[in-house]
Amino acid sequence: MGLVTQWQRIKASPINQRRWSQFRANKRGYWSLWLFLALFLLSLVAELIANDEPLLIHYQDRWMSPLMNAYSELDFGGDFDIPADYRDPYIVDLIEAEGRLYWAPVRFSYDTINFDLTEPAPSPPTSVNWLGTDDQGRDVFARLIYGFRISVLFALVLATSSSVIGVAAGAMQGYFGGRIDLLGQRFIEVWSGMPQMFLLIILSSLVQPNFWWLLGILLLFSWMALVDVVRAEFLRGRNLEYVKAARALGLGDVAIMARHILPNAMIATVTFLPFIFIGGLTALTALTALDYLGFGLPPGSPSLGEMVAQGKNNLQAPWLGLTAFFSMSGILVLLVFIGEAARDAFDPRKRM
Amino acid sequence: MSALLEINDLRVRFGDGDEVVKGVNLALNSGEVLALVGESGSGKSVTALSVLSLLEHSAKVEGDIRLDGEAILNQPKEIMRALRGDKVAMVFQEPLTSLNPLHSVEKQIAEILFIHRGLARKQARERVLELLELVGIPEPEKRLGAYPHELSGGQRQRVMIAMALANEPKLLIADEPTTALDVTIQRQILDLLRELQQRLDMAMLLITHDLNVVRHYADRVAVMRHGELLEEQTCQQLFANPQHPYTQELLDAEPKRGELPDMQPQTILTADDVKVWFPIKQGILQRTVDHIKAVDGVSLSLNQGETLGIVGESGSGKSTLAQALLRLLDSEGEIHFEEQPLHSYNSNQMRRMRQQLQIVFQDPFSSLSPRMSVFEIIAEGLRLHSELSENELVERVNQALVDVGLSADLSHRYPHEFSGGQRQRISLARALVLKPKLLVLDEPTSALDRSVQSQLLELLLELQQKYNLSYLFISHDLSVVRALSHRVMVMQHGVVVEQGDTEQLFAAPQQEYTRRLLQAALI
Repeated sequence: MGLVTQWQRIKASPINQRRWSQFRANKRGYWSLWLFLALFLLSLVAELIANDEPLLIHYQDRWMSPLMNAYSELDFGGDFDIPADYRDPYIVDLIEAEGRLYWAPVRFSYDTINFDLTEPAPSPPTSVNWLGTDDQGRDVFARLIYGFRISVLFALVLATSSSVIGVAAGAMQGYFGGRIDLLGQRFIEVWSGMPQMFLLIILSSLVQPNFWWLLGILLLFSWMALVDVVRAEFLRGRNLEYVKAARALGLGDVAIMARHILPNAMIATVTFLPFIFIGGLTALTALTALDYLGFGLPPGSPSLGEMVAQGKNNLQAPWLGLTAFFSMSGILVLLVFIGEAARDAFDPRKRM
Repeated sequence: MSALLEINDLRVRFGDGDEVVKGVNLALNSGEVLALVGESGSGKSVTALSVLSLLEHSAKVEGDIRLDGEAILNQPKEIMRALRGDKVAMVFQEPLTSLNPLHSVEKQIAEILFIHRGLARKQARERVLELLELVGIPEPEKRLGAYPHELSGGQRQRVMIAMALANEPKLLIADEPTTALDVTIQRQILDLLRELQQRLDMAMLLITHDLNVVRHYADRVAVMRHGELLEEQTCQQLFANPQHPYTQELLDAEPKRGELPDMQPQTILTADDVKVWFPIKQGILQRTVDHIKAVDGVSLSLNQGETLGIVGESGSGKSTLAQALLRLLDSEGEIHFEEQPLHSYNSNQMRRMRQQLQIVFQDPFSSLSPRMSVFEIIAEGLRLHSELSENELVERVNQALVDVGLSADLSHRYPHEFSGGQRQRISLARALVLKPKLLVLDEPTSALDRSVQSQLLELLLELQQKYNLSYLFISHDLSVVRALSHRVMVMQHGVVVEQGDTEQLFAAPQQEYTRRLLQAALI
């Protein structure tokens, strides 16, 4: 209830309505937002789009969902108590004799190996493998959908957290200046001089890398991108008269930084964000360089970075590289457009 | 004899917007000073800039401009380039931004000589020295290598004038040449311009909003408003017998001393021996070798309902003093506000006091956060100092807007949609909504046009009456201070030179410095 009224108040405020209509006025950004959201939502339900198990089974007047439960061969009248392999024609025949199978549009999951290839992997696009297969015979389209999901999630979290840290650090240095600025800048210089790869290897050998560990390790270095821009804006902003006026009103430092200087530093931040985001996407690539050492995401996991690496290693199979290229540049373009519209929305000078 | 400069039916518009200059006709003879007067936005600068085709690309200029009988409007770039800085030269308002900060004085002036005369280095240097001497820069040889930041404001403007005069132009356009300068220097620069204009027999187009300047320095006056030329007369006639009601209004807009509200006997603020010293650090160890004494031992007291005017040129420490009194700057000395020792308060205690001590800054364009709506700006202090419901907040903000003469339904606009005067009213509303007892006004009117200025002064008086406010009024504009203050304090180099009752001080200044200030103010 409280949340609903809060939301209604936010929606009803003329300033926010104006922001929203300014965002919509930027047609390109508006459509990019919807397109990106649609792609993202689709990728969230990747299991329903690309799966090597049927989504639903109607067997002996019973509805069964292999997505939810694991079924044994015995359930379909098979001989052994092992998980049913729906790619086995024998099982499929057993089920179809007394029911029906409902398949996903793409009958491959990210780790499904297509053993029916007529030529050696990587094989070019066909009507079965829409974007071809990679060098292990896995369907590229299925891997794209799953990889998109994990990479975008990873990059979203990484970009958000590194910009939060970066903006906070830049704001502190710029606003307080003096010794804090001096120490902060020197620390960043030293820190950015660290050999990242070695640190990653050392850290990864201490812990078993998973999604969150990788995020944390990358975050150690990615937060510095925004610091300089934000620091410069704050250095300029802290001497402006409206900041002095805010201090004369009795506002505390945090409130002044958040409400008076930060909004003006946001243009630089919003402009940079899509690139940090893409940095997050490709950061996974950097980690795949460590894959052969056993670091990075568990082997076989799909990610856009892994696809780039596949493309690089298999130049004779251009569909791999092209898929990776077009999907990444597509995401970058969409995000830049959305960023532009967001910048317009928060620009009070923009006339509708 | 035909006029040197003829402007016939000049029309200017930007993009698809409305015309900003609507059919202006002007003529200027050689050896004559024509003042173009009007408030900001009246189109006077646009008119002047179109003489040299210096307007931006989106401007569409129509009409006819002739110099010595030759059409110069909408001519090819090459022709205009040969004209600029040679036959027609220009002096701009702000010398600090009009001079290239990375070029020395010699380089700036010599550049024009190279372009138009093709002088050799040595000849150019001689000419530059001659020019610097002409505009009265002491020891010109030493100044050749100086960069703009090493010069004072007045010297910079002199260099600008030297640049303009380098090729002995027939026409000099001076666009508010002294607005950014102190009164005493303003006087010197105007005297210099006038003297040079007569000696070199130039025509001068003087653009200004200051009628005092016009009265003393112009031969003829043209009054503009909303892009139209309202009236053109000789200077004497215009001041004696203005034809257009707007001109009359402009003349009346000179601030006059009205009835001041009575002040109460109880003292609200006292300061004792306030000092603000900025250390000068040198060497590797950054040892403090000396101090810049921005404010050096100032004492004052202010009663409830009283206005204390603080007067001084830039750099006299008046703004620094005000910020020190509000504890926005660190200072030494004792400050008491209603018996409370502000000087000993830490920042938390001070934050609670801020509600009662408010400040309005000079520049209405930079003192409002551009990304906050008017409502957010005004409500911010209230949210901090009181626990009002959202509805009460809206009510208080609307009340404050009405108090300063704005409509309450403007509260969801952004600052850039307002004019300078309106913005200053918003700043005032931001301070007043907290119901302070003391208001520091740091040059609140100096960025505004005269007529807007007098409206704001009236408003200040009205509010003082209504809420029994005490004002600390800082200004370099003596006529404004005179109109508003019970008492006046004159500052120079961080020290109080003289203080006393306003009328007494203006009538019989005791100190040499005060006398000079009064004289320069052309009152």
